[in-house]
Amino acid sequence: MPEADRLPERPAASAGRPLLEVDGLARYFRVAAPWVERLLGRKRPRLLKAVDGVSFSIPAGRTLAVVGESGCGKSTVARLVAGLYRPSAGTIRIDGLDAVHAKDKAERRQIRRQLQMIFQDPMASLNPRWRVRDIIAEPIRAFGLVRNRAEIDRQVAELLTHVGLAPIDGEKYPHEFSGGQRQRISIARALSSKPRLLLCDEPTSALDVSVQAQILNLMRDLQREMGLTYLFISHDLAVVRHMADRIAVMYLGRIAEIADADTLFAAPRHPYTRLLLETIPDPLKPRRDREPLAGEVPNPLNPPPGCAFHPRCPFANERCRTERLELKRARAGNGWAEVACHAVEEGRI
Amino acid sequence: MALLEVRDLKVEIPTRRGLLTILDGVSFDIAQGEVLGLVGESGAGKSISGLAIIGLLEPPARIAAGTITLEGRRIDNLPREEMRKIRGARIGTIFQDPLTSLNPLYTIGRQLVETIQTHTNLTTRQAEARAVDLLKQVGIPAAESRLNAYPHEFSGGMRQRVVISLALCAEPVLVIADEPTTALDVSIQAQIIALLKRLCREHRTAVLLITHDMGVIAETADRVAVMYAGRVAEIGPVAAVVNRPKHPYSAGLMGSIPTVERRLDKLPQIKGAMPRPGAVPKGCAFAPRCLHTRDLCRAERPELYPADETQSACFQYDKRWEKAHA
Repeated sequence: MPEADRLPERPAASAGRPLLEVDGLARYFRVAAPWVERLLGRKRPRLLKAVDGVSFSIPAGRTLAVVGESGCGKSTVARLVAGLYRPSAGTIRIDGLDAVHAKDKAERRQIRRQLQMIFQDPMASLNPRWRVRDIIAEPIRAFGLVRNRAEIDRQVAELLTHVGLAPIDGEKYPHEFSGGQRQRISIARALSSKPRLLLCDEPTSALDVSVQAQILNLMRDLQREMGLTYLFISHDLAVVRHMADRIAVMYLGRIAEIADADTLFAAPRHPYTRLLLETIPDPLKPRRDREPLAGEVPNPLNPPPGCAFHPRCPFANERCRTERLELKRARAGNGWAEVACHAVEEGRI
Repeated sequence: MALLEVRDLKVEIPTRRGLLTILDGVSFDIAQGEVLGLVGESGAGKSISGLAIIGLLEPPARIAAGTITLEGRRIDNLPREEMRKIRGARIGTIFQDPLTSLNPLYTIGRQLVETIQTHTNLTTRQAEARAVDLLKQVGIPAAESRLNAYPHEFSGGMRQRVVISLALCAEPVLVIADEPTTALDVSIQAQIIALLKRLCREHRTAVLLITHDMGVIAETADRVAVMYAGRVAEIGPVAAVVNRPKHPYSAGLMGSIPTVERRLDKLPQIKGAMPRPGAVPKGCAFAPRCLHTRDLCRAERPELYPADETQSACFQYDKRWEKAHA
C-alpha cells in the first residue's frame, strides 16, 4: 500500500494484506406500498437499492471511512459487513474467509469473532437494566472466551481502565454516565471479545465537540496500541479527515470516489466530492459566503438513469444521463483516485 | 437601544431534591437585523434561553429572576394571552425537526393561511397570495401547486423551508432559530443557511441562532455568545471569538473541533465534562477543568470582563488576577 511510507506513525500490521475485502456488494430492500393501496391500485412492491455494487478493501491496522449524506447506503454497508443483513449480491471476505457463505457454524463463529460494532447512540445500544460490568462481559460470555468468573472481572476492569473509566464504574448502570462516558462503555464492550475489525457507525455524531475530541483521540490511541482495523461510517468530513487513511464517498448506494485521505482532500476529483468539501461550514473562516449547490439527493426508489448525480452536476452531458459508470483510476494531484465519473474519464474536468 | 435585551436571566426548576438552577444570570442584547449565535454543549442552557424568551418554558421550569425586553417592552411577565400575540407576530421560531413543527394532517397552504390570518387582517384569498409569495421567497419550486401538498410530501430540506416561511409570515422583528440545520445533510444545510441569511438581511429581521455547530455560527452570526453550565462564558464578534477566544473554555472548545484543513496527531481536548445543573461548583463553573485556576476562581463567580474585542467571564481579565494565588 502506497500510504505506508507517508504515515509512519501507523504500524503496518501483517503487511498490506487486507483484513476486510468487499466485492460487488449489494443489498436491495423490497419496499411495499400499504396493503390497501396495493390491492386497489395494483401497485407492485418496489426495489430499493440501498447498496448497489460496492467494492473496497481495508488492510489490517488501517481505517477506511465511508462518507455520504443520509440515505446513501453507508450504514447499510456496515450492517452488511457485520452480518446483520444478508447481501443481495457480492462477497465479503474477512481475513481471507468468505463471510457470506461460511462453511459451517464453527467457521461463522470464527469470522464473527473478528469483528464488533460501535453505534451512534450509546443510550440506545446499552441495556439500561444491566450493570456496566455485565454489558462489557457479554461478548466474552457469548463467545465463551473465558469461563472463570474472576478472570472475566479482571478483564472487565482492565477494559474499563483502558477506555478511561475506573474499574469501580462497572458496578453502575448506563444512565449514571454522560454521553461520552457511555460511548466509552460501548467501546469497551466492543473490545472485550478482542476483535480485529471495528465497524463504527457514526460513533461521535451524538456527542458534543469537546467530548467528540476525547472519543476520537481514544479510538486512535486504541488503534495504535492494538493494531485495530476500522470501517468508519460518518457524514462529517472533518471527523473523517482526522480518522481515515482512505475514504470512500458514497452517493445513492454506489461509490462515487475512493482515494487516500490526503489525496481526496487535496485533489477531489468527483463533482460530488467537490460539492461535499465546498459545503462544509468552516469555523475558522467566519462569515464566508458559501455558494450552495442547488438540488437535493434524488429519491432512492427512483434513482436517475446513468450517473445518479447528473441532475445536480454542472458537468453533466448526454452520456452522463444515460450510461452507467464504473470506478476508474484517475490522476488526483500527486496521487491516484478511483472515480466514477464520465467527465473525469474524458478529461473534461 | 437594542431590539432584545436579556438581563440577568435566571431559570429554575423546583424538584423534590431542591431547586435546580438551569440558567444563572444570562445577559445579552440583540440589535435590529443582527444575528447573534448562541453556542455551547448540550445542557449548557442554549435552548432554555430561547424558550424563556418566547415564553414557552415548560412548567415546572420558571423564570426566577431577570428581565427580557423586546422593543422597549418587558415580555417576561406578560399574561399568557398577551405573550401568545407576540409569538408569531413579533418573534418567529424555527425548530430543529421540521416534521414536529408542521401538522401532518393539514396541507402546507392551510397552515400558512391560518398563521397569516391569525396575525393579520387579510382575507383568505389575500392570505393565499401571501402564502404563495412566501413559498417563492424560500425557494420552493411551483409554489402555487404545492399549497395543497402535505408535509410528508416534502423532503427534509423543503420542509425546513416551509417552516422558515411560517416563521417569517407575520414579518417578525426577531426569529429564534434553534438548531435549524442540525437534522439536515451538509449540502442542504448550506442552502438553508444561505436562505436564512438572505431573508433576514432583506427583512431586517434579527436572529437568535442556537446551535452546537461552530461552523454554522461562524458562517452566519455577527456576534456569538458561548454558554457553559447555564452562564455566558464569552460574548463578542464572531471572528474574534472563533479565532482569538479569550475564555479558556471557548479556547478549548474551538481547539477540539476537527477541521478538514489539516490532520492533527491528537485533537486538543478538554479533560472532564460540563457539570450537571445542581452540581455546578461555587465560583467559576469551569474552574475544575481549567488549566489556569487560582484561589479566586474557586471562591468567587467571575462577571463578564472586557478582554480585547470580546467580553470574557474569566478572572484573567480582572484587575485582581495578578494578586490571586495560584
